[in-house]
Amino acid sequence: MAFINMRTNEVQVKIVYYGPGRGGKTSNLEFINKKFRERIKSDMVSIKTHGDRTLFFDFLPFDIGKIKGYDIKIQMYTVPGQVKYNATRKLVLKGVDGLVFVADAMAERRKHNLLSLKQLQENLAEYKKSIFRIPLILQYNKMDLKDQGVPLLPLATLEQDLNSKLKVPSYPASAITGENVVITLKKIISVTMAAIQRELK
Amino acid sequence: MNYGIDQDRLITIDSILREDLIEIGVDYVLMIDTAGNTIAKCDSGAHSYDVASLAALAAGNYATVDAMAKIVGEQEFSLLFHKGENVSIHFSMINEEFLLIILFGKDVSLGFLRLKVTEAIDKIRALWK
Repeated sequence: MAFINMRTNEVQVKIVYYGPGRGGKTSNLEFINKKFRERIKSDMVSIKTHGDRTLFFDFLPFDIGKIKGYDIKIQMYTVPGQVKYNATRKLVLKGVDGLVFVADAMAERRKHNLLSLKQLQENLAEYKKSIFRIPLILQYNKMDLKDQGVPLLPLATLEQDLNSKLKVPSYPASAITGENVVITLKKIISVTMAAIQRELK
Repeated sequence: MNYGIDQDRLITIDSILREDLIEIGVDYVLMIDTAGNTIAKCDSGAHSYDVASLAALAAGNYATVDAMAKIVGEQEFSLLFHKGENVSIHFSMINEEFLLIILFGKDVSLGFLRLKVTEAIDKIRALWK
């Protein structure tokens, strides 16, 4: 739920990176933080366990300049991916405007992707939001592992599993090398801003 | 769904925060929504903080404590307060959507602060009546 400040002409937009554990949500934000360091005014906030897993969320604010006279402030969050943290995942989804679902392309993670996407649909429904209507991008992460001989799911399988009903933009990517990380970000910002502008009319 | 607050209300909120809280010696006041957006902010000029991160964390913190209250069968925990050596943080709920986060030093007494917070919250709530 984007907040529009009529006094400062500022729009705050919440984008959440969602997906199964160890899928690369935090790595996406870390790459963005490194790549656009000079444009990001504050440090990335990460609430992690001692084992370096996301416990609550990561947070990265990102100013993209003005659209139609409004200063657009993007606030990026990740959720904790581990199954047991669904209560905190739900809290982070509160007021979400756009979502990137980071799927793990490793063959052995196929079931985890499906379960996580199904749970996303249920969690959104609790906020009376539909996965079919919210701005959403799919990212098939870990494409770099192909070169190391790790079995990956073919893109057609990933599309069939995750995107056959949603039919949203999707990108094969590598959060570690940065492949398609920025494109994913640009796309989610553009579809989210388009949805917000439609509502502003 | 987007939402906005009109300019007149934001100006009134700003003056309530300044007159009721900054004037009694509070360092920083943030009004945020439960999604972590910053609605209004006011400060004494003594410190500068990373407001966006503070708002995101405060919303998460409040939501966590609220969820814990529900688990143990409480409607809410009415006092949420972190005491530091030099800076303390006081959280309160304005309504279901908005929270008030106050950062203050050791010169401000918690009892007096709570009294002023209640007054400020009543005035802000009245803006939606």
